Amino acid sequence: MSTQNNTREITIIQAINEAICEEMQRDEKVILIGEDVANAQGVFKVTDGVLNKFGPERILDTPISEAGITGVGVGMAMTGLRPIVEIMFCDFLTLTMDALVNQAAKTHYMSGGNYQVPLVIRTLMGAGKRAAAQHSQSLQAWVAHVPGLKVMLPSTPYDAKGMLKTAIRDNNPVIFFEDKMNYQIKGFVPEPEEEYTIPFGKADLKREGDDITLVATSSMVLVALDAAEKLGEEGVSAEVIDLRSLTPIDEEMLVESAMKTSRCIVIDEGYQSFGVTAEVASVINEKAFYHLDSPVQRMGAMDVPVPFSPVLEDQTIPDVEGVVRVTKQLLDN
Amino acid sequence: MTREYEKSFLLKLYRQLLTVRGFEEQVLRLYEKTLIPGIAHVSIGQEAVPVGVCAALNIDDYITSTHRGHGHCLAKGAEVSRMFAELFGKVDGYCQGKGGSMHIANQKSGNLGANGIVGGGISIATGAALSAKLQKNNRVSVSFFGDGALNQGILSESMNMASIWNLPIIFACENNQYGEYTPMRQVTAGTVKMRGEAYSIPSVTVDGMNVLAVYEATSSAVELARKGEGPSFLVFSTYRYYGHGMGDRNRSYRTREEESEWREKRDPIDNFKQHLLTIEDIAESDCGEIQGEVAQEIEKGIEFAQQAAYPNPEAVKDHVYAK
Repeated sequence: MSTQNNTREITIIQAINEAICEEMQRDEKVILIGEDVANAQGVFKVTDGVLNKFGPERILDTPISEAGITGVGVGMAMTGLRPIVEIMFCDFLTLTMDALVNQAAKTHYMSGGNYQVPLVIRTLMGAGKRAAAQHSQSLQAWVAHVPGLKVMLPSTPYDAKGMLKTAIRDNNPVIFFEDKMNYQIKGFVPEPEEEYTIPFGKADLKREGDDITLVATSSMVLVALDAAEKLGEEGVSAEVIDLRSLTPIDEEMLVESAMKTSRCIVIDEGYQSFGVTAEVASVINEKAFYHLDSPVQRMGAMDVPVPFSPVLEDQTIPDVEGVVRVTKQLLDN
Repeated sequence: MTREYEKSFLLKLYRQLLTVRGFEEQVLRLYEKTLIPGIAHVSIGQEAVPVGVCAALNIDDYITSTHRGHGHCLAKGAEVSRMFAELFGKVDGYCQGKGGSMHIANQKSGNLGANGIVGGGISIATGAALSAKLQKNNRVSVSFFGDGALNQGILSESMNMASIWNLPIIFACENNQYGEYTPMRQVTAGTVKMRGEAYSIPSVTVDGMNVLAVYEATSSAVELARKGEGPSFLVFSTYRYYGHGMGDRNRSYRTREEESEWREKRDPIDNFKQHLLTIEDIAESDCGEIQGEVAQEIEKGIEFAQQAAYPNPEAVKDHVYAK
């Protein structure tokens, strides 16, 4: 990624807000709906100022009806609009599953191309906020499993802005996961007039290395980068890849890196079993097996409901020490 | 019936009623002969609802349909030939053979799609209505669903949104008395139309076996919607002459007497024809001519479908994602 023109430092919240406003400005078909998004400006103030700028016909507060508003989004998308539906926490995606899995994902295919569903679902993932088991999950694997849906998870302000713009312009249903613990993270972005987008299926090589590849998503990218820094101090050269989108997935970068380093750890905040980490590990195993010096390791969230008490919750999320430890185990073998 | 109708309008309704029934009878026959694969649900007995409702709509108004949706698709403007082609799994079908009986969609006639999920189209139709309102294009959206969908939560969520946002939508419940194999009354509490009234939606129960009654109720609802006065809930009493699906042959959950009561006394086509002959002064020969033309159209449609090609096997991966 080019950084020379990135002159402003903003948070992920601001980056997402800018992407929404710029796309709503660019295309009057873009409409945002969700619970508490307009008057309250979102529970994390992501939609700060949007109502003032665009008025109540472009941003609508909805009832607390996740299934209904997602279905409404599908209907809007099939009839000429480009809705963004905010689902406040991805734990509530469970309520939207018919609209997403049976309707949005399949409409283009089932209709033989008759209809498109240019719908974006923005939702919040991630543990660490002491929000307990129903407001802390990372359910990206649920939707990444379904053909017809696209899934994106940004980890920086630059990516969040460029990826959300891509998602809004895409003619398919996209589930866009924002990590609540990352919202205040700052990063450099270009001036507003400098237009950029980030395509689907392009991972970002965050750090080059030779000894091991750390593949990570969303907030786990920061964990991987911190781990790589520590490992570097101990003479271990770790490569870090931010996947950025799950479907489509950047197989090429994964396989190339695995062939180079011969060892991989995949880190994602979803539950480890049957999760994103397993899928990515399989891609690497299938395409780079003979170049590997050890089995690809998965590091997902502990397979327990996310507990409330900090001493319990903190154990469930992959952390820097854990990544360093697993890396050393792999290198020792 | 106090309104006066053009003869051509009445004969159009008659033609559509016959087309839906003729289509469905052939679906039964072709399924028996294993020419139609998979599963299909026929709407014989219920024809007055799709025909009467769609007669009150414009071609660019929206509908969502159900698993028992052939009638809705036809009445909203689908061609018999491409309908059959879809049921045969052929590339000339409305969905290029990818949807089949339960998923026919046709953008040209405002058909947002039939649906294999009970109630699956209701929130989509609500979204289409919101879309029409925001785009100020004066379109109306109709969601067809059966009595089974009355007990899906999505109906409550959708009615609530339609009411608070004053959306141009008609919730069109086809109460055919049975949700699959279970009598509607056994699983449905309260008075159906009160479910709409609970959301301040004007709600009426309509004789769904009488195509003019259906048309008139729908016309009033469409008028409200186009004037910006919001949603309506129409509950059509109707009857499914055959089983839920092709495998439901014995229909042990109801009596033959009940069935013949509806078939003999309330058949929507027989009764409408009687009305045409006796009240509207239409000649038997006019009706006969239409019967012949419809039979021919259906025969040609089947021929078209049989001769159409199957999809190229490589097409299996097309349309997963839009470009």
